[in-house]
Amino acid sequence: MEDFFQWFRWLYDETGINLTILYDSFDRERMVRGFFNTIYLSLICLALSVVIGLVGAWLQGSPLKWTRRIVQGYIQLFRNTPPLVQMYFFFFALGSLMPRMENEYGIMEPVLSNWHWAIISLSFFAGAFNVEIFRSGIEAVPRSTVEAAESLGYTRLKTYIYVVLPLAFRVCLPALNNNLVNLVKTTTLAYAIAVPEMLYVANQIWSDSVNVPEMMTFLLLAYVVLVGLLVHVMNRWERAMRLPGYGV
Amino acid sequence: MIHTALKRFGCAVATAAVLATGTVTGASADVLDKVMERGTLVVGVKADYKPYGFLNPDGDIVGIEPDLAQDVADTLGVELELVPVVASNRMQFLDQGKIDLMIATMTDRPDRRKVVNILNPDYYSSGTNIIARKSAEFDEWEDLEGVPVCGIQGAFYNRKTQREFGAKIVGFTGTSEALNALQQGRCAAFVYDDSFLASRLQEAEWSEYNMPLQTIDDAPWGLAVKHGEERFARFMSGMVVKWHVDGRIVELEKEYGIKPTPFTQRMHELFSGFVPKEEG
Repeated sequence: MEDFFQWFRWLYDETGINLTILYDSFDRERMVRGFFNTIYLSLICLALSVVIGLVGAWLQGSPLKWTRRIVQGYIQLFRNTPPLVQMYFFFFALGSLMPRMENEYGIMEPVLSNWHWAIISLSFFAGAFNVEIFRSGIEAVPRSTVEAAESLGYTRLKTYIYVVLPLAFRVCLPALNNNLVNLVKTTTLAYAIAVPEMLYVANQIWSDSVNVPEMMTFLLLAYVVLVGLLVHVMNRWERAMRLPGYGV
Repeated sequence: MIHTALKRFGCAVATAAVLATGTVTGASADVLDKVMERGTLVVGVKADYKPYGFLNPDGDIVGIEPDLAQDVADTLGVELELVPVVASNRMQFLDQGKIDLMIATMTDRPDRRKVVNILNPDYYSSGTNIIARKSAEFDEWEDLEGVPVCGIQGAFYNRKTQREFGAKIVGFTGTSEALNALQQGRCAAFVYDDSFLASRLQEAEWSEYNMPLQTIDDAPWGLAVKHGEERFARFMSGMVVKWHVDGRIVELEKEYGIKPTPFTQRMHELFSGFVPKEEG
Protein backbone atom coordinates (compact mmCIF):
# COMPACT_ATOMS: atom_id res chain seq x y z
CA MET A 1 0.00 0.00 0.00
CA GLU A 2 2.81 2.37 0.95
CA ASP A 3 4.44 1.74 -2.44
CA PHE A 4 1.22 2.76 -4.10
CA PHE A 5 1.20 6.06 -2.16
CA GLN A 6 4.88 6.69 -2.82
CA TRP A 7 4.26 6.34 -6.54
CA PHE A 8 2.45 9.71 -6.31
CA ARG A 9 5.56 11.32 -4.86
CA TRP A 10 7.39 10.08 -7.92
CA LEU A 11 4.54 11.47 -10.05
CA TYR A 12 5.06 14.88 -8.43
CA ASP A 13 8.82 14.83 -9.05
CA GLU A 14 8.36 13.75 -12.64
CA THR A 15 5.29 15.67 -13.78
CA GLY A 16 4.62 18.34 -11.15
CA ILE A 17 1.17 16.88 -10.36
CA ASN A 18 1.21 17.25 -6.61
CA LEU A 19 -1.28 14.95 -4.89
CA THR A 20 -0.14 15.39 -1.30
CA ILE A 21 -3.38 13.81 -0.11
CA LEU A 22 -2.01 10.48 -1.34
CA TYR A 23 1.69 10.43 -0.53
CA ASP A 24 1.75 12.61 2.59
CA SER A 25 0.23 10.71 5.52
CA PHE A 26 -0.70 13.90 7.41
CA ASP A 27 -2.61 15.36 4.47
CA ARG A 28 -4.09 11.96 3.69
CA GLU A 29 -5.47 11.50 7.18
CA ARG A 30 -7.01 14.92 7.34
CA MET A 31 -8.57 14.56 3.90
CA VAL A 32 -10.05 11.18 4.86
CA ARG A 33 -11.48 12.81 7.99
CA GLY A 34 -12.78 15.70 5.91
CA PHE A 35 -14.43 13.28 3.50
CA PHE A 36 -16.21 11.43 6.29
CA ASN A 37 -17.14 14.70 7.99
CA THR A 38 -18.85 15.79 4.77
CA ILE A 39 -20.74 12.48 4.60
CA TYR A 40 -21.67 12.69 8.28
CA LEU A 41 -22.85 16.29 7.99
CA SER A 42 -24.79 15.49 4.82
CA LEU A 43 -26.55 12.43 6.27
CA ILE A 44 -27.63 14.17 9.47
CA CYS A 45 -28.88 17.23 7.60
CA LEU A 46 -30.65 15.08 4.98
CA ALA A 47 -32.53 13.18 7.68
CA LEU A 48 -33.38 16.25 9.74
CA SER A 49 -34.46 18.32 6.75
CA VAL A 50 -36.84 15.58 5.57
CA VAL A 51 -38.33 15.33 9.07
CA ILE A 52 -38.70 19.11 9.21
CA GLY A 53 -40.34 19.03 5.77
CA LEU A 54 -42.84 16.33 6.79
CA VAL A 55 -43.77 17.96 10.07
CA GLY A 56 -43.89 21.42 8.50
CA ALA A 57 -46.16 20.28 5.66
CA TRP A 58 -48.50 18.66 8.17
CA LEU A 59 -48.63 21.78 10.33
CA GLN A 60 -49.24 23.85 7.22
CA GLY A 61 -52.55 22.02 6.74
CA SER A 62 -53.53 22.68 10.34
CA PRO A 63 -56.95 24.19 11.00
CA LEU A 64 -55.29 26.60 13.50
CA LYS A 65 -54.51 29.96 11.89
CA TRP A 66 -51.48 30.75 14.05
CA THR A 67 -49.81 27.39 13.44
CA ARG A 68 -50.07 28.00 9.71
CA ARG A 69 -48.69 31.51 10.10
CA ILE A 70 -45.70 30.37 12.13
CA VAL A 71 -44.82 27.70 9.55
CA GLN A 72 -45.18 30.29 6.81
CA GLY A 73 -42.94 32.69 8.74
CA TYR A 74 -40.29 30.00 9.16
CA ILE A 75 -40.36 29.23 5.43
CA GLN A 76 -40.05 32.88 4.49
CA LEU A 77 -37.18 33.44 6.91
CA PHE A 78 -35.10 30.47 5.84
CA ARG A 79 -35.92 30.42 2.16
CA ASN A 80 -35.27 34.11 1.63
CA THR A 81 -31.85 34.33 3.28
CA PRO A 82 -28.56 33.00 1.89
CA PRO A 83 -27.34 29.92 3.79
CA LEU A 84 -23.90 31.47 4.31
CA VAL A 85 -25.48 34.49 5.99
CA GLN A 86 -27.58 32.16 8.15
CA MET A 87 -24.49 30.23 9.14
CA TYR A 88 -22.62 33.39 10.19
CA PHE A 89 -25.70 34.72 11.95
CA PHE A 90 -26.26 31.55 13.91
CA PHE A 91 -22.65 30.98 14.88
CA PHE A 92 -21.44 34.51 15.59
CA ALA A 93 -24.65 36.33 16.58
CA LEU A 94 -26.95 33.74 18.17
CA GLY A 95 -24.04 31.54 19.27
CA SER A 96 -22.60 34.23 21.51
CA LEU A 97 -25.95 34.64 23.31
CA MET A 98 -26.09 30.98 24.30
CA PRO A 99 -25.51 30.01 27.92
CA ARG A 100 -21.87 29.15 28.59
CA MET A 101 -20.29 26.16 30.21
CA GLU A 102 -16.74 25.72 31.35
CA ASN A 103 -14.94 23.25 29.10
CA GLU A 104 -11.89 21.10 29.86
CA TYR A 105 -9.50 23.97 29.07
CA GLY A 106 -11.08 26.23 31.67
CA ILE A 107 -12.76 28.45 29.09
CA MET A 108 -16.41 29.49 29.27
CA GLU A 109 -17.61 28.13 25.94
CA PRO A 110 -21.12 28.63 24.50
CA VAL A 111 -23.10 25.37 24.66
CA LEU A 112 -23.69 24.81 20.95
CA SER A 113 -20.54 24.20 18.87
CA ASN A 114 -19.85 25.11 15.24
CA TRP A 115 -20.92 21.57 14.28
CA HIS A 116 -24.28 22.03 15.98
CA TRP A 117 -24.88 25.38 14.31
CA ALA A 118 -23.92 24.02 10.90
CA ILE A 119 -26.37 21.14 11.32
CA ILE A 120 -29.14 23.44 12.58
CA SER A 121 -28.66 26.00 9.86
CA LEU A 122 -28.36 23.53 6.96
CA SER A 123 -31.26 21.36 8.14
CA PHE A 124 -33.62 24.28 8.57
CA PHE A 125 -32.50 25.83 5.29
CA ALA A 126 -33.20 22.65 3.29
CA GLY A 127 -36.22 21.91 5.52
CA ALA A 128 -37.92 25.14 4.45
CA PHE A 129 -37.73 24.03 0.83
CA ASN A 130 -38.84 20.51 1.79
CA VAL A 131 -42.01 21.85 3.41
CA GLU A 132 -42.99 23.47 0.13
CA ILE A 133 -42.00 20.38 -1.84
CA PHE A 134 -44.16 18.14 0.36
CA ARG A 135 -47.01 20.63 0.13
CA SER A 136 -46.88 20.35 -3.67
CA GLY A 137 -47.22 16.56 -3.29
CA ILE A 138 -50.00 16.82 -0.73
CA GLU A 139 -52.00 19.19 -2.88
CA ALA A 140 -51.75 16.71 -5.74
CA VAL A 141 -53.62 14.08 -3.71
CA PRO A 142 -57.27 14.23 -4.84
CA ARG A 143 -59.65 15.74 -2.29
CA SER A 144 -61.98 12.77 -2.83
CA THR A 145 -59.27 10.36 -1.60
CA VAL A 146 -58.94 12.33 1.63
CA GLU A 147 -62.72 12.43 2.03
CA ALA A 148 -62.86 8.67 1.51
CA ALA A 149 -60.33 8.22 4.30
CA GLU A 150 -62.30 10.56 6.55
CA SER A 151 -65.49 8.63 5.92
CA LEU A 152 -63.68 5.49 7.03
CA GLY A 153 -63.03 7.17 10.39
CA TYR A 154 -59.37 8.23 9.93
CA THR A 155 -58.26 11.20 12.03
CA ARG A 156 -56.38 14.07 10.37
CA LEU A 157 -53.00 12.70 11.50
CA LYS A 158 -53.84 9.12 10.49
CA THR A 159 -55.07 10.29 7.08
CA TYR A 160 -51.82 12.24 6.68
CA ILE A 161 -49.59 9.29 7.59
CA TYR A 162 -51.43 6.39 5.91
CA VAL A 163 -53.16 7.94 2.93
CA VAL A 164 -51.90 11.39 1.94
CA LEU A 165 -48.16 11.03 2.55
CA PRO A 166 -47.60 7.74 0.69
CA LEU A 167 -49.27 9.23 -2.39
CA ALA A 168 -47.75 12.69 -1.97
CA PHE A 169 -44.29 11.20 -1.56
CA ARG A 170 -44.43 9.61 -4.98
CA VAL A 171 -45.42 12.89 -6.58
CA CYS A 172 -42.77 15.02 -4.95
CA LEU A 173 -39.76 12.66 -4.99
CA PRO A 174 -38.12 14.22 -8.07
CA ALA A 175 -38.32 17.69 -6.51
CA LEU A 176 -37.13 16.30 -3.19
CA ASN A 177 -34.14 14.70 -4.95
CA ASN A 178 -33.16 18.05 -6.36
CA ASN A 179 -33.31 19.74 -3.00
CA LEU A 180 -31.35 17.01 -1.23
CA VAL A 181 -28.65 17.13 -3.91
CA ASN A 182 -28.47 20.86 -3.29
CA LEU A 183 -28.19 20.25 0.42
CA VAL A 184 -25.16 17.98 0.02
CA LYS A 185 -23.46 20.66 -2.04
CA THR A 186 -24.41 23.38 0.44
CA THR A 187 -22.58 21.55 3.26
CA THR A 188 -19.38 23.12 1.85
CA LEU A 189 -20.52 26.42 3.35
CA ALA A 190 -19.84 25.01 6.82
CA TYR A 191 -16.15 25.77 6.12
CA ALA A 192 -16.96 29.39 7.01
CA ILE A 193 -17.54 28.45 10.64
CA ALA A 194 -14.57 26.08 10.71
CA VAL A 195 -16.37 22.76 10.39
CA PRO A 196 -13.58 20.58 8.95
CA GLU A 197 -15.44 19.18 5.93
CA MET A 198 -13.82 18.56 2.53
CA LEU A 199 -13.64 22.11 1.24
CA TYR A 200 -12.13 23.32 4.53
CA VAL A 201 -9.47 20.62 4.46
CA ALA A 202 -8.76 21.09 0.75
CA ASN A 203 -8.37 24.84 1.26
CA GLN A 204 -5.77 24.29 3.99
CA ILE A 205 -3.92 21.67 1.92
CA TRP A 206 -3.71 23.82 -1.19
CA SER A 207 -2.48 26.72 0.91
CA ASP A 208 0.23 24.53 2.45
CA SER A 209 1.39 22.85 -0.75
CA VAL A 210 0.34 25.39 -3.41
CA ASN A 211 -1.39 22.62 -5.40
CA VAL A 212 -4.62 24.45 -6.16
CA PRO A 213 -5.50 22.82 -9.53
CA GLU A 214 -4.98 19.31 -8.16
CA MET A 215 -7.09 19.91 -5.06
CA MET A 216 -9.82 21.68 -7.03
CA THR A 217 -10.01 18.73 -9.40
CA PHE A 218 -10.09 16.31 -6.52
CA LEU A 219 -12.90 18.28 -4.82
CA LEU A 220 -14.93 18.37 -7.98
CA LEU A 221 -14.60 14.63 -8.54
CA ALA A 222 -15.30 13.84 -4.90
CA TYR A 223 -18.58 15.76 -5.05
CA VAL A 224 -19.53 14.19 -8.37
CA VAL A 225 -19.10 10.77 -6.71
CA LEU A 226 -20.89 11.73 -3.47
CA VAL A 227 -23.87 13.36 -5.17
CA GLY A 228 -23.91 10.56 -7.78
CA LEU A 229 -24.28 8.04 -4.98
CA LEU A 230 -27.13 9.99 -3.42
CA VAL A 231 -28.93 10.33 -6.75
CA HIS A 232 -28.48 6.62 -7.40
CA VAL A 233 -30.01 5.68 -4.04
CA MET A 234 -32.89 8.13 -4.49
CA ASN A 235 -33.62 6.84 -8.00
CA ARG A 236 -33.75 3.26 -6.77
CA TRP A 237 -36.10 4.34 -4.02
CA GLU A 238 -38.25 6.17 -6.53
CA ARG A 239 -38.48 3.01 -8.66
CA ALA A 240 -39.20 0.80 -5.67
CA MET A 241 -42.06 3.07 -4.63
CA ARG A 242 -43.63 3.28 -8.07
CA LEU A 243 -47.34 2.44 -8.09
CA PRO A 244 -48.52 1.05 -11.43
CA GLY A 245 -51.10 3.36 -12.88
CA TYR A 246 -50.31 6.23 -10.51
CA GLY A 247 -48.35 9.21 -11.74
CA VAL A 248 -45.78 8.79 -14.46
CA MET B 1 31.21 40.53 3.64
CA ILE B 2 27.44 40.80 3.65
CA HIS B 3 27.87 44.52 3.54
CA THR B 4 29.91 44.41 0.31
CA ALA B 5 27.54 41.92 -1.24
CA LEU B 6 24.61 44.13 -0.40
CA LYS B 7 26.42 47.15 -1.70
CA ARG B 8 27.12 45.49 -5.02
CA PHE B 9 23.57 44.16 -5.16
CA GLY B 10 22.09 47.50 -4.23
CA CYS B 11 24.03 49.32 -6.93
CA ALA B 12 23.03 46.75 -9.52
CA VAL B 13 19.40 47.05 -8.51
CA ALA B 14 19.49 50.84 -8.53
CA THR B 15 21.00 50.82 -12.02
CA ALA B 16 18.49 48.24 -13.16
CA ALA B 17 15.64 50.29 -11.77
CA VAL B 18 16.81 53.35 -13.63
CA LEU B 19 17.21 51.33 -16.82
CA ALA B 20 13.80 49.81 -16.38
CA THR B 21 11.98 53.07 -15.93
CA GLY B 22 14.05 54.66 -18.69
CA THR B 23 12.90 52.12 -21.26
CA VAL B 24 9.18 52.12 -20.55
CA THR B 25 8.46 52.33 -24.28
CA GLY B 26 10.19 48.95 -24.81
CA ALA B 27 9.27 46.38 -27.44
CA SER B 28 6.89 43.85 -25.90
CA ALA B 29 3.91 44.99 -23.82
CA ASP B 30 4.65 43.82 -20.29
CA VAL B 31 2.83 44.66 -17.10
CA LEU B 32 4.75 47.91 -16.66
CA ASP B 33 3.61 49.09 -20.09
CA LYS B 34 0.06 48.13 -19.28
CA VAL B 35 0.17 50.03 -16.01
CA MET B 36 1.50 53.14 -17.71
CA GLU B 37 -1.04 52.83 -20.50
CA ARG B 38 -4.10 52.46 -18.30
CA GLY B 39 -2.71 54.94 -15.79
CA THR B 40 -3.59 52.69 -12.84
CA LEU B 41 -1.48 50.37 -10.75
CA VAL B 42 -3.51 47.53 -9.21
CA VAL B 43 -2.02 46.27 -5.96
CA GLY B 44 -3.26 43.36 -3.85
CA VAL B 45 -3.10 44.15 -0.12
CA LYS B 46 -4.59 42.72 3.03
CA ALA B 47 -7.72 44.40 4.41
CA ASP B 48 -7.96 42.54 7.71
CA TYR B 49 -4.44 42.88 9.00
CA LYS B 50 -4.04 45.92 11.20
CA PRO B 51 -1.82 47.91 10.85
CA TYR B 52 -0.38 46.47 7.61
CA GLY B 53 -3.63 46.70 5.67
CA PHE B 54 -7.04 47.38 7.21
CA LEU B 55 -10.31 49.20 6.65
CA ASN B 56 -10.69 52.67 8.17
CA PRO B 57 -14.13 53.85 9.38
CA ASP B 58 -14.87 55.18 5.87
CA GLY B 59 -14.34 51.75 4.39
CA ASP B 60 -11.06 52.60 2.63
CA ILE B 61 -8.11 50.26 2.83
CA VAL B 62 -5.28 51.96 4.72
CA GLY B 63 -2.13 50.86 6.49
CA ILE B 64 1.59 50.34 6.01
CA GLU B 65 1.26 48.25 2.86
CA PRO B 66 -1.29 50.53 1.12
CA ASP B 67 1.12 53.42 1.89
CA LEU B 68 3.97 51.51 0.29
CA ALA B 69 1.72 50.78 -2.70
CA GLN B 70 0.98 54.52 -2.92
CA ASP B 71 4.75 55.18 -3.02
CA VAL B 72 5.05 52.86 -6.00
CA ALA B 73 2.12 54.48 -7.81
CA ASP B 74 3.53 57.95 -7.11
CA THR B 75 6.94 56.94 -8.42
CA LEU B 76 5.36 55.66 -11.63
CA GLY B 77 3.07 58.68 -11.79
CA VAL B 78 -0.12 56.63 -11.99
CA GLU B 79 -3.29 56.19 -9.96
CA LEU B 80 -3.44 53.47 -7.32
CA GLU B 81 -6.16 50.84 -7.08
CA LEU B 82 -6.16 48.54 -4.07
CA VAL B 83 -7.63 45.04 -4.20
CA PRO B 84 -8.17 43.22 -0.89
CA VAL B 85 -6.64 39.73 -0.93
CA VAL B 86 -6.39 36.89 1.57
CA ALA B 87 -3.74 34.23 2.09
CA SER B 88 -5.58 31.59 0.08
CA ASN B 89 -6.11 33.67 -3.07
CA ARG B 90 -3.31 36.24 -3.29
CA MET B 91 -0.95 34.19 -5.46
CA GLN B 92 -3.77 33.16 -7.77
CA PHE B 93 -4.84 36.80 -8.21
CA LEU B 94 -1.30 37.73 -9.21
CA ASP B 95 -1.00 34.77 -11.55
CA GLN B 96 -4.33 35.55 -13.23
CA GLY B 97 -3.39 39.20 -13.71
CA LYS B 98 -6.14 40.50 -11.40
CA ILE B 99 -3.41 42.44 -9.60
CA ASP B 100 -0.10 43.79 -10.92
CA LEU B 101 1.75 43.67 -7.62
CA MET B 102 1.22 41.95 -4.30
CA ILE B 103 2.16 43.56 -1.01
CA ALA B 104 0.17 41.29 1.27
CA THR B 105 2.16 40.23 4.35
CA MET B 106 3.39 37.19 2.47
CA THR B 107 6.15 35.13 4.01
CA ASP B 108 8.99 34.50 1.57
CA ARG B 109 9.24 30.72 1.12
CA PRO B 110 10.94 28.60 -1.55
CA ASP B 111 7.77 26.80 -2.67
CA ARG B 112 6.01 30.14 -3.14
CA ARG B 113 8.93 31.41 -5.21
CA LYS B 114 8.06 28.68 -7.69
CA VAL B 115 4.56 30.10 -8.09
CA VAL B 116 5.19 33.85 -8.06
CA ASN B 117 8.28 36.03 -8.41
CA ILE B 118 9.14 37.08 -4.85
CA LEU B 119 11.50 40.01 -5.05
CA ASN B 120 14.84 40.57 -3.41
CA PRO B 121 15.40 42.09 -0.96
CA ASP B 122 12.58 41.25 1.44
CA TYR B 123 10.77 44.22 2.94
CA TYR B 124 9.62 43.00 6.33
CA SER B 125 9.84 40.11 8.75
CA SER B 126 7.70 38.46 11.36
CA GLY B 127 7.21 35.16 13.12
CA THR B 128 4.43 33.07 14.59
CA ASN B 129 2.99 33.40 18.07
CA ILE B 130 -0.35 33.06 19.84
CA ILE B 131 -2.57 35.26 21.93
CA ALA B 132 -4.47 33.67 24.77
CA ARG B 133 -6.21 34.70 27.96
CA LYS B 134 -3.65 35.46 30.64
CA SER B 135 -5.43 32.90 32.83
CA ALA B 136 -4.68 30.11 30.34
CA GLU B 137 -0.99 30.17 31.35
CA PHE B 138 0.65 28.68 28.28
CA ASP B 139 4.44 28.63 28.64
CA GLU B 140 5.66 26.71 25.65
CA TRP B 141 4.31 25.52 22.34
CA GLU B 142 4.02 21.95 23.61
CA ASP B 143 1.32 23.15 26.07
CA LEU B 144 -1.02 23.44 23.08
CA GLU B 145 -1.30 19.64 22.81
CA GLY B 146 -4.98 18.78 22.24
CA VAL B 147 -6.10 22.38 22.77
CA PRO B 148 -8.48 24.04 20.28
CA VAL B 149 -6.56 26.92 18.70
CA CYS B 150 -8.18 29.40 16.32
CA GLY B 151 -6.34 30.18 13.13
CA ILE B 152 -6.78 31.59 9.66
CA GLN B 153 -7.58 29.23 6.81
CA GLY B 154 -4.60 28.94 4.53
CA ALA B 155 -1.92 30.16 6.96
CA PHE B 156 1.19 28.01 6.64
CA TYR B 157 1.89 27.65 10.37
CA ASN B 158 -1.48 25.93 10.95
CA ARG B 159 0.14 22.74 9.74
CA LYS B 160 3.09 23.02 12.11
CA THR B 161 0.94 24.01 15.07
CA GLN B 162 -1.25 21.00 14.40
CA ARG B 163 1.39 18.48 13.43
CA GLU B 164 4.28 19.27 15.74
CA PHE B 165 2.53 20.70 18.77
CA GLY B 166 -0.70 18.69 18.54
CA ALA B 167 -3.08 21.67 18.68
CA LYS B 168 -6.57 21.33 17.20
CA ILE B 169 -6.73 24.10 14.61
CA VAL B 170 -10.11 25.79 14.18
CA GLY B 171 -9.61 27.79 10.99
CA PHE B 172 -11.71 30.79 10.02
CA THR B 173 -11.75 32.80 6.84
CA GLY B 174 -10.61 36.12 8.31
CA THR B 175 -8.97 37.60 11.40
CA SER B 176 -12.17 39.28 12.65
CA GLU B 177 -13.99 35.93 12.71
CA ALA B 178 -11.08 34.20 14.42
CA LEU B 179 -10.71 36.96 17.05
CA ASN B 180 -14.46 36.90 17.65
CA ALA B 181 -14.34 33.14 18.11
CA LEU B 182 -11.48 33.54 20.59
CA GLN B 183 -13.49 36.09 22.59
CA GLN B 184 -16.54 33.82 22.50
CA GLY B 185 -14.47 31.02 24.00
CA ARG B 186 -14.59 28.79 20.94
CA CYS B 187 -10.85 28.24 21.22
CA ALA B 188 -8.16 28.72 23.87
CA ALA B 189 -5.72 30.70 21.74
CA PHE B 190 -5.29 32.32 18.34
CA VAL B 191 -2.20 31.50 16.31
CA TYR B 192 -1.04 34.20 13.89
CA ASP B 193 1.78 36.55 12.93
CA ASP B 194 3.36 38.12 16.01
CA SER B 195 3.40 41.54 14.34
CA PHE B 196 -0.38 41.52 13.98
CA LEU B 197 -0.97 40.13 17.46
CA ALA B 198 1.33 42.71 19.05
CA SER B 199 -0.60 45.55 17.48
CA ARG B 200 -3.90 44.08 18.70
CA LEU B 201 -2.66 43.67 22.26
CA GLN B 202 -2.22 47.44 22.47
CA GLU B 203 -6.00 47.82 22.33
CA ALA B 204 -7.97 48.00 25.59
CA GLU B 205 -10.35 45.29 24.41
CA TRP B 206 -7.50 42.78 24.58
CA SER B 207 -6.11 43.71 28.00
CA GLU B 208 -7.03 40.29 29.42
CA TYR B 209 -4.87 38.60 26.80
CA ASN B 210 -1.16 38.18 26.24
CA MET B 211 1.35 36.70 23.82
CA PRO B 212 2.90 34.10 26.08
CA LEU B 213 5.11 31.98 23.82
CA GLN B 214 8.51 32.33 22.20
CA THR B 215 8.03 33.55 18.62
CA ILE B 216 8.92 30.81 16.15
CA ASP B 217 9.68 30.77 12.43
CA ASP B 218 10.80 34.36 12.23
CA ALA B 219 10.70 34.75 8.49
CA PRO B 220 10.98 37.58 5.97
CA TRP B 221 8.05 38.94 3.96
CA GLY B 222 8.39 39.53 0.24
CA LEU B 223 6.67 41.62 -2.39
CA ALA B 224 5.69 39.61 -5.40
CA VAL B 225 5.07 40.13 -9.10
CA LYS B 226 4.12 37.61 -11.75
CA HIS B 227 6.85 35.37 -13.15
CA GLY B 228 8.21 36.66 -16.41
CA GLU B 229 7.67 40.34 -15.63
CA GLU B 230 11.40 40.99 -15.37
CA ARG B 231 11.33 44.73 -15.95
CA PHE B 232 8.67 45.36 -13.34
CA ALA B 233 10.48 43.01 -10.95
CA ARG B 234 13.73 44.98 -11.28
CA PHE B 235 11.89 48.23 -10.79
CA MET B 236 10.17 46.91 -7.66
CA SER B 237 13.43 45.57 -6.22
CA GLY B 238 14.74 49.09 -6.67
CA MET B 239 11.74 50.43 -4.75
CA VAL B 240 12.36 48.06 -1.85
CA VAL B 241 16.03 49.04 -1.70
CA LYS B 242 14.96 52.67 -1.70
CA TRP B 243 12.55 52.07 1.22
CA HIS B 244 15.33 50.42 3.22
CA VAL B 245 17.74 53.24 2.35
CA ASP B 246 15.26 55.95 3.36
CA GLY B 247 14.07 54.08 6.46
CA ARG B 248 10.58 54.50 5.03
CA ILE B 249 9.26 51.28 6.57
CA VAL B 250 10.60 52.13 10.04
CA GLU B 251 8.89 55.51 9.64
CA LEU B 252 5.58 53.86 8.73
CA GLU B 253 5.82 51.46 11.65
CA LYS B 254 6.15 54.45 14.00
CA GLU B 255 3.32 56.26 12.22
CA TYR B 256 0.99 53.29 12.76
CA GLY B 257 2.01 52.89 16.38
CA ILE B 258 4.01 49.67 16.40
CA LYS B 259 7.51 49.04 17.62
CA PRO B 260 9.95 48.92 14.68
CA THR B 261 10.95 45.29 14.16
CA PRO B 262 14.63 44.39 14.44
CA PHE B 263 14.54 43.38 10.77
CA THR B 264 13.52 46.78 9.38
CA GLN B 265 15.99 48.58 11.61
CA ARG B 266 18.81 46.28 10.58
CA MET B 267 17.96 46.67 6.89
CA HIS B 268 17.85 50.44 7.24
CA GLU B 269 21.27 50.47 8.90
CA LEU B 270 22.77 48.13 6.30
CA PHE B 271 21.38 49.92 3.28
CA SER B 272 21.69 53.50 4.40
CA GLY B 273 25.43 53.04 4.97
CA PHE B 274 26.52 52.91 1.37
CA VAL B 275 24.26 55.17 -0.59
CA PRO B 276 25.85 58.59 -0.89
CA LYS B 277 23.79 61.45 0.52
CA GLU B 278 22.58 63.88 -2.10
CA GLU B 279 24.71 67.00 -2.08
CA GLY B 280 23.14 70.41 -1.44
